[in-house]
Amino acid sequence: MTARGLEVSDVVVEYEAAGRWLPAVAGVSFDVVPGEVLGLLGPSGCGKSTLLRAIAGLERLVRGAVSWDGADLAPVPVHRRGFGLMFQDGQLFPHRDVAGNVAFGLQMAGLGPAERAPRVHELLAMVGLEGFERRQVETLSGGERQRVALARSLAPTPRLLLLDEPLSALDRALREQLAEDLARVLHETRTTAVFVTHDQDEAFAVADRIGVMFSGKLVQVGTAAELRAEGIDRSVRAFLGN
Amino acid sequence: MTARRWVGWGLVAAVPLAFLGLFFVLPTGTLIARGFSTGGSLDLSGFGEVFSRPRTWRIVGLTFLQATLGTVFAVGLGIPGAYVLYRRRFRGQWLARALVTVPFVLPTVVVGVAFRSLLAEGGPLGALHLDGTLAAIVAALVFFNYSVVVRTVGGFWAHLDPRAEQAARVLGAPPWRAFLSVTLPALVPAITAAASIVFLFCATAFGIVLILGGIRFGTIETEIWIQTTQFLNLRAASVLSVVQLVVVGAVLGVSGAARRRRERALHLTAVDAARERLGRADWAPAVVTGLVGAVLIALPMLSLVLRSLQTSHGWSLQNYANLATTGGRGVLTGTVWAALGNSVRTAFVATAIAVVVGALVALVVSRRPHSRSGRRAIETLDAVFMLPLGVSAVTVGFGFLIALHRPLGLDIDLRTWWGLVPVAQAVVAVPLVVRSLLPVLRAIDPRLRQAAAMLGASPWRVFQAVDLPMVRRALGLAIGFAFAVSLGEFGATSFLVRPDRPTLPIVIYRLIGRPGAENLGMALAASVVLAALTAAVMMLAERWRPASAMGEL
Repeated sequence: MTARGLEVSDVVVEYEAAGRWLPAVAGVSFDVVPGEVLGLLGPSGCGKSTLLRAIAGLERLVRGAVSWDGADLAPVPVHRRGFGLMFQDGQLFPHRDVAGNVAFGLQMAGLGPAERAPRVHELLAMVGLEGFERRQVETLSGGERQRVALARSLAPTPRLLLLDEPLSALDRALREQLAEDLARVLHETRTTAVFVTHDQDEAFAVADRIGVMFSGKLVQVGTAAELRAEGIDRSVRAFLGN
Repeated sequence: MTARRWVGWGLVAAVPLAFLGLFFVLPTGTLIARGFSTGGSLDLSGFGEVFSRPRTWRIVGLTFLQATLGTVFAVGLGIPGAYVLYRRRFRGQWLARALVTVPFVLPTVVVGVAFRSLLAEGGPLGALHLDGTLAAIVAALVFFNYSVVVRTVGGFWAHLDPRAEQAARVLGAPPWRAFLSVTLPALVPAITAAASIVFLFCATAFGIVLILGGIRFGTIETEIWIQTTQFLNLRAASVLSVVQLVVVGAVLGVSGAARRRRERALHLTAVDAARERLGRADWAPAVVTGLVGAVLIALPMLSLVLRSLQTSHGWSLQNYANLATTGGRGVLTGTVWAALGNSVRTAFVATAIAVVVGALVALVVSRRPHSRSGRRAIETLDAVFMLPLGVSAVTVGFGFLIALHRPLGLDIDLRTWWGLVPVAQAVVAVPLVVRSLLPVLRAIDPRLRQAAAMLGASPWRVFQAVDLPMVRRALGLAIGFAFAVSLGEFGATSFLVRPDRPTLPIVIYRLIGRPGAENLGMALAASVVLAALTAAVMMLAERWRPASAMGEL
């Protein structure tokens, strides 16, 4: 059987507000083939982060299915999906040092200390933080934290990496620099990824294909060239400001 | 949530549920049944009998009067205190905060003896003739509860974003106006929460009122004790316990609603505001807080220590030397040091039980499940586990006494079991343990747990990697609280203690109840010892307190 990667079909996720259940994701379908980076672009509140969390198994699906290589993931709990997730604010473990954070996933996979150390070193080098192993996470800058978070997510070589606005909490110059680094690292490691952002330039810089989301629905999917040729859907373009 | 996880959490919840079922619900249930029935049939005549006595109405009225006055003064003085100690900074602030905290963990018996030593004839304030008055009781209640207000309101205030008040100032509001129209409304949930807890503590005050109230003043609590031990009227005591349960339930309802509002509000303002130096403009709250600290808090403690060092012959350590005796005319069955040994041994057992049960409760209650039924189950558990916080120690002790003779129809009598006293003390301490652990657990960003799960950690590994290291830091405080509560516990213990193995608070109460300067001197010295031990335990515990934790008490 050929590797089919991620298939999301007709997914609906609801959230509760003031006692009523409202759809956050209203029937979304798309595929991501192995090695591809899909960007999910849309204004805040459009449901793109909720969709990402649903793929991770952190949100309950009201309808639809998420599958990997043809196998439905509904019965698979979060920690057995083999996916990685990078949060907007890193969510580093405050009581572990940098190496402890990066090694966590390896530890969970059952690797011994001797096997973990070289892998941690390799990943820190890849994100440009060589020699940071013993640093406490509180002493890191925002950009350094996100680099550690990226290294931590990549360490156990997830079959799919989910990135939830990983650069949004950083200032502009840093964001552009890190977007380039992120694109490089994802392609070097040939990681399959879904990258959520509200920033067009970031999406174009990192993703191979881009899905545009608005009000819980996937409005358009295409490569950067296709989207440039067709133009982004008008309602979304109005929001994005061009 | 999958079926396996439900089973797992069910098991974690089962231990505390069984503990509270056996040692809280069963005794209280038996007590209520006793109040409503005779010989198995419904009989409300007990209520008619108790409520037809003017004495009952006088006691109920006094309970409300004392609790209301105590709450009004504690809140009125506590708000400036919270401002000075948590919203401003000055040299020696940690010391001031520690001084303010000490009274809360002081055993009630010690507080009673300290105020007696201050106000009785021959004491530093003896000329005011306040001994045995309502004013003395209220002052002692405020002494005891001031720190609850300061810490609850202060902890919240310290995290309040100051920019809203600054915006009001820029718009032309003078400081007092900005305080009244912007800051005070934001503080209301914290103030309500503190006030309802203080009201509860005042309404269920036992040791203080028993010692300071004499025969003229009492609360429902002391009345239950008097009806049980002096008039042997268990029926009347049961009826009064039911009344007490109703009062406590109502106050807890208000307190719970206020707490939920506050936790909602917290999400909006979880910024640790930079604190300014205490300045000239702060003179009014600074003076109020200074006076409270000096007169209300430091003076009674100082007076207790000084008078413990005096005998009829002048300054000496004779009172402390007498702690190795059984008192004048053999008042006690053992020496005071032996009682201290009993207290410490009991406290170790009680602390172990309270911390295990309380930690499990906190773990379960801190979960935020996705499903609505799961959330409702958690809310119910939260309320159930908080009940003992309000239900008075006297009710627990009295309930044990009547329920644990042939419990559940089994042919055993638990009333003479040595473990009864530590178990009862643990019941009293569990809510405090929960309240010191819960804010830490709830403050853990759920996404941190999700991050661990995404990296392949099973629920158990997530707990080990995320929850455990955080809780460990708050555990010191929880252990300290439980140990201090157990050391000073008087209400429940006074019903259950075996005459040959009294704890230190019981011994102190016996000593001040007997005539003779020698016995009074021993009571003073023993109070100093107990206070010093409790304060030492709390100071050790405070060192482990996480800097960022927002405790409630």
